[in-house]
Amino acid sequence: MSGPLLSTHGLSAGYGDFQALFGIDFTVQAGEAVALIGANGAGKSTLLKCLTGLLVPTAGTVQFDGESVGGLPPHRLVARGVAMVPEGRRLFTGLTVEENLRVARDHGRRSERLEPSWTIPRVQSLFPVLREKRHAVVESLSGGQQQMVAIARALLCNPRLLLCDELSLGLAPRVIMEIYDALPTIAAQGMALVLVEQDVALAQRSSQRLYCLLEGRVTLSAPSPQVTREAITSAFFGADHAVA
Amino acid sequence: MQWLEALVQGALLGGLYAQYALGMTLMFGVMRIVNVAHGDLLILLAFGAISLSTLMGVGPYHLMLVIVPLAALAGYLLQRGLLNRVVGPDPLPSLIATFGLSIAVQNLLLEVYTADARSLPGNGLESASVALGPFSIGLLPLQTLLAAVALTVAVHLMLRHTAFGLALRAAAADAEAAALAGVNPRHVYAGATAIAVGVLGVSAVFQALRVTVSPADGAAQLIFAFEAVIIGGMGSVWGAFWGAMVLGVAQVVGARLDAGSGTLAGHVVFLAVLALRPRGLLSRSS
Repeated sequence: MSGPLLSTHGLSAGYGDFQALFGIDFTVQAGEAVALIGANGAGKSTLLKCLTGLLVPTAGTVQFDGESVGGLPPHRLVARGVAMVPEGRRLFTGLTVEENLRVARDHGRRSERLEPSWTIPRVQSLFPVLREKRHAVVESLSGGQQQMVAIARALLCNPRLLLCDELSLGLAPRVIMEIYDALPTIAAQGMALVLVEQDVALAQRSSQRLYCLLEGRVTLSAPSPQVTREAITSAFFGADHAVA
Repeated sequence: MQWLEALVQGALLGGLYAQYALGMTLMFGVMRIVNVAHGDLLILLAFGAISLSTLMGVGPYHLMLVIVPLAALAGYLLQRGLLNRVVGPDPLPSLIATFGLSIAVQNLLLEVYTADARSLPGNGLESASVALGPFSIGLLPLQTLLAAVALTVAVHLMLRHTAFGLALRAAAADAEAAALAGVNPRHVYAGATAIAVGVLGVSAVFQALRVTVSPADGAAQLIFAFEAVIIGGMGSVWGAFWGAMVLGVAQVVGARLDAGSGTLAGHVVFLAVLALRPRGLLSRSS
């Protein structure tokens, strides 16, 4: 049981004739925070889609908790403990903040005995604005508040692995800090995190290991504190650019 | 007084249309499926009700206790077996599939029941009336309207307050995001269709009590359901109800103006709404 929580081997995927991922090997240990960086179109979101079941890989395997889960639909992966904060938040419009959260609470994974579970009061104490605005329709909230609803919704699925796609996208720096400051609290109960992030410095600061993708391939995989700026630049843009 | 009476009669007629429209608006609101077979499923259930009534010899309300669960089960299986394969962002595949289903159901009915018109014996219910102030109101239309109100309230409360209702609204807003929150969209869709066809089971009994039914009647009922949904605002539960009221009143008032133009008046109101307020009377203007 000491194997990784999540691992992919030779994972390839694409959309129609377009191949977006080429043989990705990616692992996450239980309780670990892993950052995933890369330019636009590098394949970060595609990788997350494969991990959550939104996209079926064309080749390779996905293992979660020692079992093969490639090709399972999203709601089955949620039941096993994989949740995602999707890019662009994708809240349920027309529903109130509390109704958005209730959907996840009612259909998410049931936490095991002795394992502390996320409840609506708990996510409300993490983000107090969710209590103040609980009867507000989600589209009336600011971008940062909507992101908090999206995070809370994912947490209420009681995940063992939380995937966060571009948490900081389109948010004010102060709000980004508020959200990232909540991550250690979230991770404190042993949940593993995968952070897809455009802000490389932020990604490095918030993770223990990082992966860099370039054109659908892993170009860097290293412990975050030890990676140099040069190594990231070279992995981010490709070796040719690093020379120039 | 004559016009007030027309208004009341129109609302009573609208009660039947509201029942048809409820399931249709639910399926459209949740899955963006325009169910072209809606009217034919109604007629299929009406024939089923007539057969069951001769077989079991029970009254219309006991009949509903049998036909509604059967209808809901059929709706669930219809979604799981057929419609889940064609549901998606493109509305065309589901339109074609339900169109095919409509033809298949019609021909099945012709095969089994022949083209003869039949009706459900109401044991006097169909001709009973109650005095309501100055008006004499048919008991059956009154019960039809009350049932329509009760069903609309029930669906409304279900959508607002139950876990299943919230999952339905979540899947309607964003099916992928709902799946990421643990909702199985296919199961939720099947539940929506089960409710839609289950409601049709109630309407089928009222329809077969009120008039005779024959296998080719589905298309006309589909049009009325469709018009009610459009007038009220597609995908809205109360929109469908008020749309049906408007349609019923337009038809009765139109018939009072000129005996042959009732249905035409309904169509004219429908076209006027489509031209002036294409998103429906109850849509939030944005």
